[in-house]
Amino acid sequence: MGFKIGRAGILFVYAIIIIVPITVVMLGSFKSMGELFDSPFGLPESWNAQNYLDIIVHHDMGQAFINSAIVTLSSVTLTLLIASCAAYGIARLKGWLSWLIFGFLVLGMAIPPQANMIPQYVQFDRLGLLNSLTGLILIMVVTGLPVATFILGGFMKTLPNEMFEAASVDGVGPVRSYISIAMPLSLPSIAATSIFLFVIQWNELLYPLMFIQSPDKQTIPLRLLNFQGEFLTNYPLLFTGVAIASIPITIIYILLQRYFVEGMTAGAVKG
Amino acid sequence: MAGMTKTKRRARRAYRKERLVLLAFTVPALALYISFFIIPALQSLQYSLTNWNGYSATFDWVGLDNFTRALTNDSLFTNAVTNNLKFWLIVLAFQTLFALMLAVFLFRNFKGSALLRGLFFFPTILSSVSVAYIWKFIYDPNYGLGNDILGIFGISSSFLGNDDTAIYWIAITQVWFHAGQMMTIFIAGLQSVPQEMIEAAAVDGAGRWQVFKNVTWPMIAPATSIVMAYTTIQSFKAFDLILGLAGNPPKSSMDIMSTRIYTTFANSQYGYASAQAILFVIVIVALNFAVRRIVGLTQPKTES
Repeated sequence: MGFKIGRAGILFVYAIIIIVPITVVMLGSFKSMGELFDSPFGLPESWNAQNYLDIIVHHDMGQAFINSAIVTLSSVTLTLLIASCAAYGIARLKGWLSWLIFGFLVLGMAIPPQANMIPQYVQFDRLGLLNSLTGLILIMVVTGLPVATFILGGFMKTLPNEMFEAASVDGVGPVRSYISIAMPLSLPSIAATSIFLFVIQWNELLYPLMFIQSPDKQTIPLRLLNFQGEFLTNYPLLFTGVAIASIPITIIYILLQRYFVEGMTAGAVKG
Repeated sequence: MAGMTKTKRRARRAYRKERLVLLAFTVPALALYISFFIIPALQSLQYSLTNWNGYSATFDWVGLDNFTRALTNDSLFTNAVTNNLKFWLIVLAFQTLFALMLAVFLFRNFKGSALLRGLFFFPTILSSVSVAYIWKFIYDPNYGLGNDILGIFGISSSFLGNDDTAIYWIAITQVWFHAGQMMTIFIAGLQSVPQEMIEAAAVDGAGRWQVFKNVTWPMIAPATSIVMAYTTIQSFKAFDLILGLAGNPPKSSMDIMSTRIYTTFANSQYGYASAQAILFVIVIVALNFAVRRIVGLTQPKTES
């Protein structure tokens, strides 16, 4: 009895601690500064989208949104493609060579970006890939490969080998097996991996901060960080930025919650 | 006879060809990974032994000077390490216990449990900068929600404005940010504990706490290790959250190792920043070993 009441109490309080700040931010994005400070919890006097218009048009948030969409969608797709190929090769090769390749690729999960970001910066500078969306896509693919190979490889290793052997006897080559057997059967794990990559890459700050100088090439998190210096404590504008950054990912979360939990716990090291 | 060897040979050739094609599948990943991940990691080791500033054509080999400087003669670096250790300890202790408690409350299904699990996990998917701005407002000494709440008890705080406690307030934000993720790992662990074992212990007259200590806790040891390892890594990589709450470069009261390395890099001290980055990796690896030992020590000894 006591356990149940205590449990209900704690769960209720923590739910409030999560919901209230998020609600204040969402409502605040429609308020003026005075209104936010006077009544942070109240509904806005009017639902005018002035802050949104302001931040999208006058503060480059629209451009940042487009950049983030381009970078995230490209890098998630490319990472999935390259990592699933590697995972497929590893799963079917078996033996010591397969373990060696898998272990070598997955080792990257244990290496934090600080350990190689400076030489990467120099390298990308020499290749002329700094301050470009292409450079950002490339670095995100590279940093996403270890964890994507880990999740996909772990899954593909559980696919029964007999299936591929039977296909091989019927004259189906490895390439066709990848497209028509391995990939369709791995869909749940591909979904979990893509969602994990999407969250990580949509929210990525370190590499854009290092690589991007031009305002028109900034991604959302970088744009958001730079607001700090520009409007200091204009919270309604900051909140509008937070809302724009969070809305796409929240919608996907509500629709595909199961895959989020799978992907984000499998790859939590990166978060 | 001759025909048999021919088919055998053909089969072997086909097998070899297939393996070569399979190997080729791993080549794009390996090529990108080696060129842009492994080689830069090795170059970091090389940079760390130089005084390269990032733009000069020349540099000097300085041996281990950068490491000596970081460890003995750089109060900014030592300050960042101290802050980071404080941050890590608080996050590790509170987040692990809190996430475990939430998981114990929520791992069985009841009306609303799925909704609460989904809600508690939600902050994890937000960007760190977003989380930083939400909490920047909570911690605003003049207008923030934090003082509205403390005001109920007749107290107030300057939160991040107080150099002695700023890092602990950020630790609270970090727990809010990631406790739900760790809860999810604990839930998976708890759900794998066979219900019969718990019932058997309960039949033997063990209380709720006894059952937890002697049955559940040893059974979820793998989940606990994962949670503590993840938490440790995240506590050292909390780069974005610090920049969002403490500015770029952050105030020294909130500077941690990852932000210090970045600032050193931004000041064009590539060699020195690389040495700091290597110390950073060593610290994370060492703490992960320590944490694993500690989890092991809390397990009841099996008598057999």
